[in-house]
Amino acid sequence: MFSASHRLHSDDLSEAENSAIYGKCSNPHGHGHNYALEVTVSGQVDERTGMICNLLDLDHCVQREVLDRFDHENLNLAGEFSNTVPTTENLCTVIYDILQRNFRPANLEKVRLEETMMNSFEYAGGKEIFDL
Amino acid sequence: MVYLTRKAEFSASHYYHNPEFSAEENRRIFGKCNNPNGHGHNYTLEVTVKGEVDPRTGFVVDLKRLKEILNREVLDAMDHRFLNKEVPEFFTRIPTTENLAIAVWQRLALKLTNAKLHRVRVYETPDLFVDFYGEA
Repeated sequence: MFSASHRLHSDDLSEAENSAIYGKCSNPHGHGHNYALEVTVSGQVDERTGMICNLLDLDHCVQREVLDRFDHENLNLAGEFSNTVPTTENLCTVIYDILQRNFRPANLEKVRLEETMMNSFEYAGGKEIFDL
Repeated sequence: MVYLTRKAEFSASHYYHNPEFSAEENRRIFGKCNNPNGHGHNYTLEVTVKGEVDPRTGFVVDLKRLKEILNREVLDAMDHRFLNKEVPEFFTRIPTTENLAIAVWQRLALKLTNAKLHRVRVYETPDLFVDFYGEA
């Protein structure tokens, strides 16, 4: 879980377009969310440990690479969003790419990000997601 | 490809009854769900759409539009209704949660033009849900 602020606004769009597309999310002062992050990894169970990977390693990686970077920050000011709008779609793909680069002990399958209790986003590196 | 899930809640009543079964069969198969006076649930609906992120907007789909379509096509028709008597799909089909998920899919698939419907999940209670991927 992390909390961050953002403003949905694109300099490439006119004020009228920004307002039409982003509505109140385009408020110049920004607004915030409590984001709930779910990270899914896969791999063979190690016969010696009974684990796919050490959960502590995953915790530390997510803490260092994602939470330390984004928690209680303004996403618009983060380098990752210097050229893109920090929609939760884009945040989800950014987090996936960061973890993909930095977590080696198991395969990153999917990142799921809840923006509110009503809206959530999933990204699997561009792959189709099969729930069944 | 990014997947977006929007949740919604609605409350409705229903009962299970197949006129082709005898009264005894209906009671045996459907149990207390066969009570003709109906009973109700708080349904939670999860609609998942998929698509590429539009580089201009950062959106897969305009959530406001998705919400409007969901409200108009599903919630306005089903919230606080007796499904068997007020929702045309269930005049002839039994309003099980399975059939409800299919009905929601069919209502939305026709109207969603800018993103592809991936899954409809309907929770009848917090312990029971049905997923439909549009394959039937």
